[in-house]
Amino acid sequence: MSSIGTGYDLSVTTFSPDGRVFQVEYAAKAVDNSGTVIGIKCKDGVVMGVEKLIASKMMLPGSNRRIHSVHRHAGMAVAGLAADGRQIVARAKAEATNYESTYGEPIPVKELTERVASYVHLCTLYWWLRPFGCGVILGGYDRDGPQLYMIEPSGISYRYFGAAIGKGKQAAKTEIEKLKLSEMTCREGVIEIAKIIYKIHDEAKDKAFELEMSWVCDDSKRQHVKVPEDLLEEAKAVAKAALEEMDAD
Amino acid sequence: MNSVDSIPAKNSLLSSQAESERTLYPYVTGTSVIGIKYNDGILLVADMGGSYGSTLRYKSVERLKPVGKHSLIGGGGEISDFQEILRKLDELILYDNMWDDGNSLGPKEVHSYLSRVMYNRRNKFDPFWNSLVLGGMKKGQKYLGTVNMIGVHYEDNHVATGFGNHLAQPILRDEWHENLSFEDGVKLLEKCMRVLLYRDRSAINKLQIAKITEEGITISQPYALKTFWNFSAFQNPTLGAEGSW
Repeated sequence: MSSIGTGYDLSVTTFSPDGRVFQVEYAAKAVDNSGTVIGIKCKDGVVMGVEKLIASKMMLPGSNRRIHSVHRHAGMAVAGLAADGRQIVARAKAEATNYESTYGEPIPVKELTERVASYVHLCTLYWWLRPFGCGVILGGYDRDGPQLYMIEPSGISYRYFGAAIGKGKQAAKTEIEKLKLSEMTCREGVIEIAKIIYKIHDEAKDKAFELEMSWVCDDSKRQHVKVPEDLLEEAKAVAKAALEEMDAD
Repeated sequence: MNSVDSIPAKNSLLSSQAESERTLYPYVTGTSVIGIKYNDGILLVADMGGSYGSTLRYKSVERLKPVGKHSLIGGGGEISDFQEILRKLDELILYDNMWDDGNSLGPKEVHSYLSRVMYNRRNKFDPFWNSLVLGGMKKGQKYLGTVNMIGVHYEDNHVATGFGNHLAQPILRDEWHENLSFEDGVKLLEKCMRVLLYRDRSAINKLQIAKITEEGITISQPYALKTFWNFSAFQNPTLGAEGSW
């Protein structure tokens, strides 16, 4: 047994004497080891970006996607255990289709978030379940406009202008804070996220990565889709150039 | 109804599955759908009537609908079942799109899906009470097929459901050919629809034509056909029909 957590850390149904649930905190640690995931809300939509760490060079580019569509108008980016993430995505898809078949309109992003968060939270309430080892950033566009949410393994969820999770979340958040999100278009946002992810990535220490990006905005007809290939390539080029410029200084 | 008397007291709401009834007959129905291949794609036509038994209850039912990017569906029979099928197709296309992998279901796949759904429901003795026509175009390939309520499905160059199968198919067999232009295709379909309008009592003179080509899907605004009712056979339809009054 490790030195920390002197007992009280084996079950999600047991509080420690000072009122903590260690299993949930460990789940959050699993998220902190993952590649960085960033989401921002711009004036015309939401952009999400993932620093997807590549486990093997022999893998086909584009494998193991970390951003998934949940419905026509919403998508989520996953940090942490990818397989756990797929479970959450499957639930989110089911909630979204179920809502639409009941009420005849797409699920509001807020409602979707609350339902998914309840599901994530549920897994922290029973001894026979393990909390999800992943955090998700959920972006969508409904009649109230574009919205961005983040759900943590504890089941907590908040709405954000800009959010980051994973290994580089601290650095990413300070970078996001510098942006003027309320004046920015998604097209610009894509480039900014690419720049941040390239900047945060530690070439020497970290594994190689692939940049995965998606958006829901007016340009994509309010549909959640991958960022178009040409724009993604442009963003990567700008990010790499910015990085070299920084190194030169 | 006698069964209620013969079965000893038992709450009908709690009765077992075996006693539950299925759709035994359709309520609001649409009549024929016709589809043909023509030189650049597929044309579908259907009128907009919805009959409540023999009463013409609804006059603007859209029975031609796009399915994803590459397919068009036309539905006859129970309208509510058709709407349920459209819902299922919408979900199918949504789940396909969510892969976001650059692939999309073509008419062949959608037709196959439909035939599975129809046959499956027939085997539950709870069929979708429809005849469907599926037309589509993907990667330069034209596709036209039908499925009916018992799951019979096939492809052909020209298909027609319901009364159309009896009244339009003979015309199509005579006059259809591979290189029909759009104009000639529309003319041929209108000829079929006019015959149906004259002889199928549930057909109405308000119809839509839909086309699918490499460029995409267009569904026309509703319009009416020119009719001529002064044929002598119409003026005294029983003349020469021995045994009728």
